[in-house]
Amino acid sequence: MHKYDGACVNCFLCARRKQLKRFTVLPIANRLHTGTRIRERRLDLGLRQAELAKRLGISASYLNLIEHNHRRIAGPLLVAMGKALDVDPTLLTQGAARATLDQMHAAASSADTPPEVARTEELAARYPGWADVIAGQQSRIAALEARIQELTDRMTSDPELATSLHAVISAVTSIRSTAAILTSDESLDADWLRRFHRNIHDDAIRLAGSSDALVRYLDAPADSDVPLSPFDEVRSALDQSGFHIPSLEKPRGDPAAAAANAGLSPAATLLLETYLARYHQVAQILPLANFTPVIMRVGAAPDVLADHFNVPLVDVLIRCATLPDIAGVPAMGLAMCDGSGAITFEKQIPGFALPPSGRACPLWPLFTAIGQPDRPIKTAVGLPGQQQDRFACYAIATQRTGSLTRPPSVSATMLVIPAPEIEPANVLPVGPTCRICPRKGCDARREPTALGSAL
Amino acid sequence: MGKRVLLIEDEPNIIEAISFILSRDGFTVHTHEDGETAFAKVTATPPDMVILDVMLPGRSGFDILRDLRGDARTKTLPVLMLTARGQKKDRDLAAELGADHFMTKPFSNTEIREHVRRVLGT
Repeated sequence: MHKYDGACVNCFLCARRKQLKRFTVLPIANRLHTGTRIRERRLDLGLRQAELAKRLGISASYLNLIEHNHRRIAGPLLVAMGKALDVDPTLLTQGAARATLDQMHAAASSADTPPEVARTEELAARYPGWADVIAGQQSRIAALEARIQELTDRMTSDPELATSLHAVISAVTSIRSTAAILTSDESLDADWLRRFHRNIHDDAIRLAGSSDALVRYLDAPADSDVPLSPFDEVRSALDQSGFHIPSLEKPRGDPAAAAANAGLSPAATLLLETYLARYHQVAQILPLANFTPVIMRVGAAPDVLADHFNVPLVDVLIRCATLPDIAGVPAMGLAMCDGSGAITFEKQIPGFALPPSGRACPLWPLFTAIGQPDRPIKTAVGLPGQQQDRFACYAIATQRTGSLTRPPSVSATMLVIPAPEIEPANVLPVGPTCRICPRKGCDARREPTALGSAL
Repeated sequence: MGKRVLLIEDEPNIIEAISFILSRDGFTVHTHEDGETAFAKVTATPPDMVILDVMLPGRSGFDILRDLRGDARTKTLPVLMLTARGQKKDRDLAAELGADHFMTKPFSNTEIREHVRRVLGT
């Protein structure tokens, strides 16, 4: 049993002796522990330790050890704990998801007065529902901002809109000039009078028609409940359907039909079809029947797999990200970007998400690869924050030969493999995007963080 | 015979209204509706002034203006650009290509009359 020695002032055992307040802020190291999260949740619910222990069928002293991180909790007891505390057990063991924390940080960065950023994870662990609300709102704000940008682009460059506006303005111009003539003091002969009246009448009808077309055009986006760009439409559709698509594993799989059946906008359908065609190609090069037993044997090691099958690394990267659930093989994320660094495709996994706008952290191996076509890159990366998510990343850029009149086009692909076993000291520190990245002294930083030095 | 104004515009009722007010002021107004053949029309019988719409069928007013400024016969011909798009980039482009003036639709009759009078000195 832990004994108060006068030096450890921050653990709850000692805190009890010293009768510190219930919401004493714990140091970061303590907040990371499962037991600490359990204790905080129990206190929030107003449960006494003995009461919770009784519900779980364990002794109060054993619960006390768990709460002070002297005993691990897992399996059925963890599930029962989650149930008793009315919280997802993974939230107790892992804290809030990285994506949620990133969204909360993004929300903090847009606030006029920065909130207590250093306590984000504490907030997320203590009030997971509210954390989801904040993250959800932030996500929606980002989607709406993207939609506004899309509409702005549309206003300035859409030929359909330009034509509609031109028709309206032309009719208004004609009516204005003709009306000015009719209302001028000078008398008009009957013939001119008739012609101008007829012109105004015709223009009024034309204006009504073109205005109606314009209103219909501008109303169109309001019909969609969720404002999405074509990129987001594709990502959302794949998130829902899953990135493994059994129909495309077959030689006769039809990417065009699969894309058309997704019910997306024409632009998104085109994007999806391009991706699915690539998927289908890779699935035929690396059929599951051949690939699965090998990856189960050698593990998620794309370089080894590429050598084994004697195929380009990029094919293996795509194959790894499109596997069904396989025992012992982790879910892997995937990102692709074009030569400008804009993300053109993304499969997110917990802890890994890149902004699609091309404003992602430039230290990700994806962007290292884009500058060195055909050179495979393997880098272990670590994200900032209390969870310190770590990933093994494999990336490679491929380029299509250019011509005298057209430069070569280059694109990069990166596979992201969760790698909690890698020591934090052995990873390349990267971030999500500068605005919500707290790292200091980063040479790659393009704009100041909105988080200050809070983390 | 008054000074000659060539109006290159594809909206019939705007053509009729502008033609009427300028004719009433004593100008001789010729009209042309097609962008593709507009440059040939101007050079065949150069007018004293051109009123040029930007959005025309066949060829844009900016392309026509570029041709006019590249031809010795029409290099200094006064050109008033008309457009339904009042964006700064359009005004900048018109100025860069050598337009004497730029007017955004819907313009007022007074505005266009005064400008033509000022340019043609009547």
